[in-house]
This record gives sequence, C-alpha cells and structure tokens, in this order.
Amino acid sequence: MNKQMYDKKNVIAGIVIFAVLVSFPFWYNLGKAAPAPELVLTDAAKAAKECVMSKEEMKAGHMQLLDMWREKVVRESDRIYVSAKGKPYVMSLSNTCMDCHSNKAEFCDRCHNYSSVTPYCWDCHIDNPKAEVKNFKVSENSKEAK
Amino acid sequence: MLELALKGSKKYYGWVAVLLGGISVGFAVYLWQLNFGLGLTGMHRDVSWGFYIAQFTFLVGVAAGGVMVVLPYYLHHYKAFGKITILGEFLAISAITMCLLFIIVDLGQPMRALNVILHPTPKSILFWDMIVLNGYLFLNIIIGWQVLEAERNAVAPPKWLKPFIYLSIPWAVGIHTVTAYLYCGLPGRGFWLTAILAPRFLSSAFAAGPALLILLCLIIRKMTKFDPGKEQIQSLAKIVTYAIIINVFFLLCEVFVVFYSRIPEHMDHLTYLFYGLQGHSALVPWMWTSMSLMGIAIILLLIPSVRANESLLAICCVLVFCGTWIDKGLGMISGGFVPNPLHQVNEYAPTIPELAITLGVYATGFFVLTVLFKIAVTVKEEAAA
Amino acid sequence: MENSRRDFLKIAGISALAVAGAEPVLNAFASEHGEEASKAAGFQKEEKALTAKQWAMVIDTRKFKSAKDLEPIIEVCHKIHNVPDFSKENKRHIIKWIWEEEYKHAFPGDASGFTDERIEHLPFLVLCNHCEEPPCVRACPTKATFKREDGIVLMDFHRCIGCRFCMAACPYGSRSFNFRDPRPFIEERNPQFPTRMKGVVEKCNFCAERLAAGQVPACVEASKGAIAFGDLYDPESEVRKLLKSNYTIRRKAGLGTGPTIYYIV
Repeated sequence: MNKQMYDKKNVIAGIVIFAVLVSFPFWYNLGKAAPAPELVLTDAAKAAKECVMSKEEMKAGHMQLLDMWREKVVRESDRIYVSAKGKPYVMSLSNTCMDCHSNKAEFCDRCHNYSSVTPYCWDCHIDNPKAEVKNFKVSENSKEAK
Repeated sequence: MLELALKGSKKYYGWVAVLLGGISVGFAVYLWQLNFGLGLTGMHRDVSWGFYIAQFTFLVGVAAGGVMVVLPYYLHHYKAFGKITILGEFLAISAITMCLLFIIVDLGQPMRALNVILHPTPKSILFWDMIVLNGYLFLNIIIGWQVLEAERNAVAPPKWLKPFIYLSIPWAVGIHTVTAYLYCGLPGRGFWLTAILAPRFLSSAFAAGPALLILLCLIIRKMTKFDPGKEQIQSLAKIVTYAIIINVFFLLCEVFVVFYSRIPEHMDHLTYLFYGLQGHSALVPWMWTSMSLMGIAIILLLIPSVRANESLLAICCVLVFCGTWIDKGLGMISGGFVPNPLHQVNEYAPTIPELAITLGVYATGFFVLTVLFKIAVTVKEEAAA
Repeated sequence: MENSRRDFLKIAGISALAVAGAEPVLNAFASEHGEEASKAAGFQKEEKALTAKQWAMVIDTRKFKSAKDLEPIIEVCHKIHNVPDFSKENKRHIIKWIWEEEYKHAFPGDASGFTDERIEHLPFLVLCNHCEEPPCVRACPTKATFKREDGIVLMDFHRCIGCRFCMAACPYGSRSFNFRDPRPFIEERNPQFPTRMKGVVEKCNFCAERLAAGQVPACVEASKGAIAFGDLYDPESEVRKLLKSNYTIRRKAGLGTGPTIYYIV
C-alpha cells in the first residue's frame, strides 16, 4: 500500500487553518468571561417571598413552565395553576409573572443577555401591565375586561 | 461528480456570476421582508396568497413535467429518451428547490416552519404537500445522481434503484395532484372548487415542463458538444402538443360548466379574469394573451412541418411556456381570491420587492439547474469522447 | 390532570438536572410521592369560568337602526383585544375581528334587487362564525387554529407559521393577517391582553379570556341586549329560546360549515 501523503504542505496548512477558525470563539474570549448577572427582585417579589415553584426550579425550568402554561391556557382553557404548596395562580405571563417582576430589564433581560438568548415573549405580551393599566379605558361596562 | 461543475468556460462562469448576483439581490430584499413582514408585498386581507404561491404552483408543474421523459423510457422502453432522462430529473430537482423556497419566503413566521413536522396534521393538505414535495426532491436526487454516476463509470445503474424510479412516476403525478387539492377542497372559493383542477394542473404541467425541456435541449446543443438528439426533441414536441391541447380542453370544460350553469359563485371569478368585474380588470389583457398564446401554439404545433422545424418549434415552446405561466402563475391564484367571499373586488398586484425576491428564487433555481446540467453534460461529453 | 402533572414534573426535573444538578429533581420526585402530593402542582379552570358544548350567538338585527349603533360594539372589541388600526396607514394591512357589512355582502347569493328596504340598508355585524365544521381548522398544517372543547375556533399565536391557508379556507373572510408589526398601530393598548406579532393570522376569539373570567363576550355586553350568547346544545339557553321563537338566517349555511352566528332579520 502506498502510504505517501500527497500535497502534504497544503493539507497540513488547511488542517491548521481549520482548527484555528473552529476554536476562534474559545481563544478569542479567553480570560474575558463576564461575571454572572445579579437579578434584582422588586419589593412586591420580595414581599411575596415565594414564586410558583422553588427558586431553583424557576431558575432551571421557567421556560418549560411557561411553555406548559401557554399550552394549558390557550389549548386546554385551564387558566389556574396550583403550585406544589397548593396555592392557585392565574397562568399569565403579563398579569401574573410580570405583576410581581415588573422590572423586566433587571429581572429578565440581564440573564437572557448574559446567556445570549432572545425570547420573543414580549413581542406580544406586555411587560409591565400595571404601569399602563391606569391609563386604559374602554366604555364603562367592559372596563373589567381582561 | 460535483467537481465537474467547477471547470467551465468563461461564458459558463459569467452566467453563474449573473445568477449569483440575482441570488444576492433577492436574498438582501428577503432579509428586508423578514424584518418588516409580508406587508412589503402587494398581498392583503382578501388576496392573501400572491405571486409567491402562484410561482410555487406553476413550478410544481414544471417539476412534475420531468416525468414525461422518465415514463416513456422506463415504462415503455422508449430507448431514445434514455439520453435525456437525466435532464428531466435535474430539471425537476431545480424546480422543486424553487417550490420549497417560494413556500419559505411566503411564510409569515419562517422560523417556525418545522411546526409542520412537530405538530403533524394529516387533515391538512399542506402537510401532505410538504411530504410529496420533499419526497419527490429526494427521489430525483437519488435517481439522477445514481444513473449519471453509473453512466460516467460505464456500468449499469444499481438494481436497487429500479423501485425508486418506478415510484417516482406516480409520485410526479402525486405532487401536482396534492398541490391542486390545496385549492380545490376549500368551500366558498368557487373558482377552485372543481374536480377538473388537478387534471388541469397536470395537463398544463405536462405542456410547460417538456416545453421548457425542449428549449433547454436546444440551448445545450448550441452551447456544448452534447446533442440531446433530434428524435428526442421531436418526441417531446408531440408530448407538448397533446398536453397543451388537453389543457385547453379541460379549461373549456370548466368554462362551459361555469358559464352555462351561471352559478355566480363560480362564474364571477372567470368573469373577473376575462372581462373584469365591478370595473376592475387588471388581469383581463393577461388572460386573453395567455389564451391567444396557447391557441396559436396549438395551431402551429399541429402542423407537422412547423413542429419539425426546430426554430419554429422553439417559438412554439416559448408560447406554450408563457401561456401556461400566465394562466397558472398569474391568474390561478388571484382569480380564486377575487371577488372575495363577501363578493367585494379588491385586486392584487405584486410590489417591486416582491418581484425582486421572486427573481432571487428563480436565480437560485437556475443556479441549481446550471450546475446540475453542467455536470450531466460534461459526463455525456466525456462518455462520447 | 394526573397526566399533565406528571408531564410537568418530568419536564421541570429534566431541565433541572441539566442545568442545576440533581437536587431539584429529587425534590420534585419527593413532592410527587410525598404527603404534599394530593395538593401538588396541577391545573384547573377558573371556578367562575363559563362553559358550554358549543357557544353560539344570536344577533337581533331588528334592534339596530344604523351603523352608529354598531360602532361601540366594534370599538370595544378592537380596543380590549389590541386590534391595530391600519385604516389611516395602509388599507392593505387592515385587521378586523368584528365589523359591519351590507346585507348583499354578508349574505351574497341571497340578495336580490328587491330586498326589504330596511334590510337593504341595514348594517350587519359580521365576525368569525365559530363553525361547527370549520374549514380553517381542517386546512391549518400545525393545529395553530383549532376547535376548543367549548366550540370556539381559536388561534394559537405561538404556533402559527403564517402560511395563511386558513384565510383561503374561510368562506366568510373572517381572518386577518399581521402583514407587519401591529404594535405601532395600537393607539391605546389594553395591557392585560397580549398584542400580536408580525406574520401570524388573527381573528375573533369569542372573548375566550372573558368567558374564563365568567363574563360574556364584550360585544354582547356592549350591544344592549341586541346580541344573545349561549350554549347551542343547552335547550334552556338564551340562544336556544330565541332560535325557537324566531326565524333566523346564517351566512352561507349551504356550505355545511355549521356557522354558529344566527341572525334574526
């Protein structure tokens, strides 16, 4: 068997260039790791003391929880979530989550930016309904519309 | 074999550069559309499908038309077509590529396109359309590539390929049938609600596809050392002749039913297309042009001496292609949406960005076609040498 | 509910395992089997939610005199649902959930040249018919539009890919498409209801969010008694009583879609 390597120079140069390009993000960012962001709780959130799940579960699985919520609300018309502690919550990103965590920039965005994810929840859901609700008026008899 | 596409004349590279330019322009405008939304197009609440879906529909036909060289060769052992089946298969690949791209550029949320697979819905015809189109693409890639490679190596194609080839024949009919079912199963859209729609789609496909193939064969003969063959082109011409006659016949069947029954929900759409409705008549000149082109083509193609003359035949093929393109790529979709279900007339015309994206998709398709044909022709040239 | 709870715990557990180590998973399992299990995480309907087998509407057109009477109804719907207003911007992009049409457009094919003068000039309210056999649901390739257990034909905006097959399938022109980001065109938004994003189809939702809270649809409330709402399959419901005692018509009933909006003329 012929064990000679053809175009040895080119092949090796190619492999080296490939390896450098592929590892570019690693060595380019070497030693520049950004510190993990600190989340800010609003006074309302602090006062509530507990969320719909434990802090650890929320940290790790809030996206799955929200995904489940939206399936339940939209497709199965269940609107109430009962937490492990037996407490009921209305399943609503705007009206429940953002009611407590009305500081999207400091609570949601910081961590999302850090982990470089861009959820488009807020393309539709309003991030701080409380601040706006006072100004919104419809004819008197449908004011309580949700 | 892909390397064969890399070595070409200056003309070849020039043409590829033109296509790449078209692709870049189309892609840039598409990024704009992605950012702004489909509001960039001329579509609206009433005509909610426009130029993209119309081109998609027409090109499904072109793709299905490829079967007109595959079927005689494999089922009837018509040996002459053995030389050009590869062209039919490669034409189908590029046409399906364009179809899939037209679907993507028409989606409001293209990032979610995979929802069609994540939440499979067999009741939706679009689900089946996705399956048949991708299946046909897959079949033609496998078959085309294997047959060509075998030819290059001067061996017979592998045995396991036969079932795929036989499957691809009804599958070609399937893609256009399912595409017609997208439209003809909708209540309240009288223009499409007709059982003749799928046969009409197929007949216009078997006219437009082979007509384009004849033109491509003539170009190949002129530009390369490979001659697709006189007999082959003549046989294709007969197929085009039959298909365009059947297409016009089916159309006349529809016209009779609609205008003799005089049921407004069916009649108003054809009236809009051919005479205008409530003072709106943007498509009238187009539709009559389409009818004239197809009519003239039929008369010319029926004359044997005209058909035998390749320059005249080329003109006929252009007439057939343009005639069926206007019919399907312009009138078929708009005509179904005007008047709307509330019997109001809101016309549609594509915008410039919409046309730019359309051109970009066509450029992509022709790029794929150019590369594939370059490979096929080079293999043929090598085999002959 | 049993199943969904387990699904949920599974999902939360798996993600926790992946992200934060094993501890929360153990907690999750502990709570599934522990004493708290009886009242552990689950899903419920709101107690005051209104339910039905098939919601339906009866619109008494005799109670409307002119387009002015319809204005507040249309306004309240579009306002509480954050429906954008493109009428000043680009008419091509218009979105509407409920609007008025002349008889000859609401009921094409039924109109003659010799219609009752009142009917001929009367504005008819048209909206999604929440069909019993909805062609839009059949057409949708992702089940983004679906028929809910109470008969409402609903949109799941999270899932819609914007193919607009449903718009072609709807024989009533009840669906609109977000040709661009609607937010800049919502003058004053209802912060408690989401807006939509570009590229999805939308339409009337029979006020699913209000039914969940025990309220009738906003248009019913704003109609001052001209629109009745109720369960089509409850013989005691208001709509059934009206249907029993009045001649009603439906839009394009001949298509077999089973529209559930009935009109007393």
